Amino acid sequence: MIKIDSLYKKYGENHVLKGVDLEIEQGVIAILGPNGSGKTTLNKCILGMVFPDSGNISIDNQSVLNKWDYRQKIDYLPQIANFPSNITVQELLNMIKDLRGNKTQDEKEYIELFHLSKFLNKKLSALSGGTKQKVNILLTFMFDNPIMILDEPTTGLDPVALLTLKDLIIREKNKGKIILVTSHIMDFVEGISDEIVFILEGKIYFKGSIELLKEKTNQESFEKAIANILKQNYA
Amino acid sequence: MLKILKYSFYDLIRSRWSYIYLLFYLLLGIVLLFLNSDIGKAIITLMNVIIVLVPLISTIFGVMYYYDSREFTELLLALPLKRSTIFFGQYLGVALSLSMSLIIGLGIPFLFYGLLASGVIINFLLLIVTGVFLTFIFSAFSYCIGLKNENKIKGFGYSILLWLFLAIIYDGVLLTVLIVFGEYPLENITLIGTILNPIDLSRILILLRLDISALLGYTGAVFKSFFGNGVGSIISFFILLLWVVFPLFLLRKFAKRKDF
Repeated sequence: MIKIDSLYKKYGENHVLKGVDLEIEQGVIAILGPNGSGKTTLNKCILGMVFPDSGNISIDNQSVLNKWDYRQKIDYLPQIANFPSNITVQELLNMIKDLRGNKTQDEKEYIELFHLSKFLNKKLSALSGGTKQKVNILLTFMFDNPIMILDEPTTGLDPVALLTLKDLIIREKNKGKIILVTSHIMDFVEGISDEIVFILEGKIYFKGSIELLKEKTNQESFEKAIANILKQNYA
Repeated sequence: MLKILKYSFYDLIRSRWSYIYLLFYLLLGIVLLFLNSDIGKAIITLMNVIIVLVPLISTIFGVMYYYDSREFTELLLALPLKRSTIFFGQYLGVALSLSMSLIIGLGIPFLFYGLLASGVIINFLLLIVTGVFLTFIFSAFSYCIGLKNENKIKGFGYSILLWLFLAIIYDGVLLTVLIVFGEYPLENITLIGTILNPIDLSRILILLRLDISALLGYTGAVFKSFFGNGVGSIISFFILLLWVVFPLFLLRKFAKRKDF
């Protein structure tokens, strides 16, 4: 379980998070919101890459601020697949396995799923954006940890890979994991998520199921419901 | 930390720059030996080059590697690793690979020239040890500068300023002070002023060892009496060590609070 209590964060004068309270039990939670609403900052706070100004984050009832070993439980897919460019895919895989202290993990299944075997000995700088993203996904899914944070996982993926990703997320969800996803592709979000968290200007504007959101906004489709919230707040 | 060190080191020794640096020292060693045709004199010339260039190259290389490996760093930050482990590991990777280039690059030509039989081997070792100290000091500073500055251009700018200040401006200021207050006994102030700058400290350490301190006049005699005896040299090495520890302390502090 992840519990976030009145989380505040500002960069200079820019207040990104203004008191976020959130409790996540299980399942796929989609974190939505316009650009710059604080989704990535929230994810990075959970990961300990960004330090909140105040507030608390706890995982399984233990505060994680200024700690590092809890990250053993988290798989993170960063928004932009930035990898050291002068090593090959295989070397990267071996390195991450070594650094996680988990050398026996089998990545073959994912390599086949995303047709990556012919890229294994290529340098990361030589890969296309979509292929890099597939490597990114592979690195996130291969460790099978109870919490997954996926920041824009669909970027650059072709339709086939997108379907594969959807299936993978649902499969992992059924194992009882917590999966946090941010995305701007509403179809994708609707297909996988149990719950929506909508962040607006650093606060949680809505939390609940897609059905509830549709009801609340009086809209038939999920996409329109989201558009409705945005219009109301920017009109 | 050893794992991070391993990967950073591995990454660095495959980079072109390490080889350029190594080649530079190889060439420098060979050219100096041919020009001086005397191993003792070559060491003196080499000192002047090392004292100024090692800090410059270490700062530039350090800050370059910091910005270059940002992606790698971000990848590491999401893994179950302690922050200080990540940054110390990377820093050690940089400092060790630079030191290795220095030792191998200068060692080979001097060894071939008959260093072992020359009787100045201690002088040469002292030179290399100070060079390694300077490498560790200045790459640590550059890492601190990198951590504090998101903007690459600013980071490079501050690094060069730091080098310029310690290698050149500092001496100018010290000299001006000495000239302005020439009427007063200044030996101790000179001594303290020297100790507070790692470049000056290294220079004096080597100069005294090379027995050319007579050139420094009365101040030289004071220096000789301070650094020349056992306690003095131990203190100086201790201070050089402090110069390594100080930026590492800053590094740890900066790394702990930085958002990525």
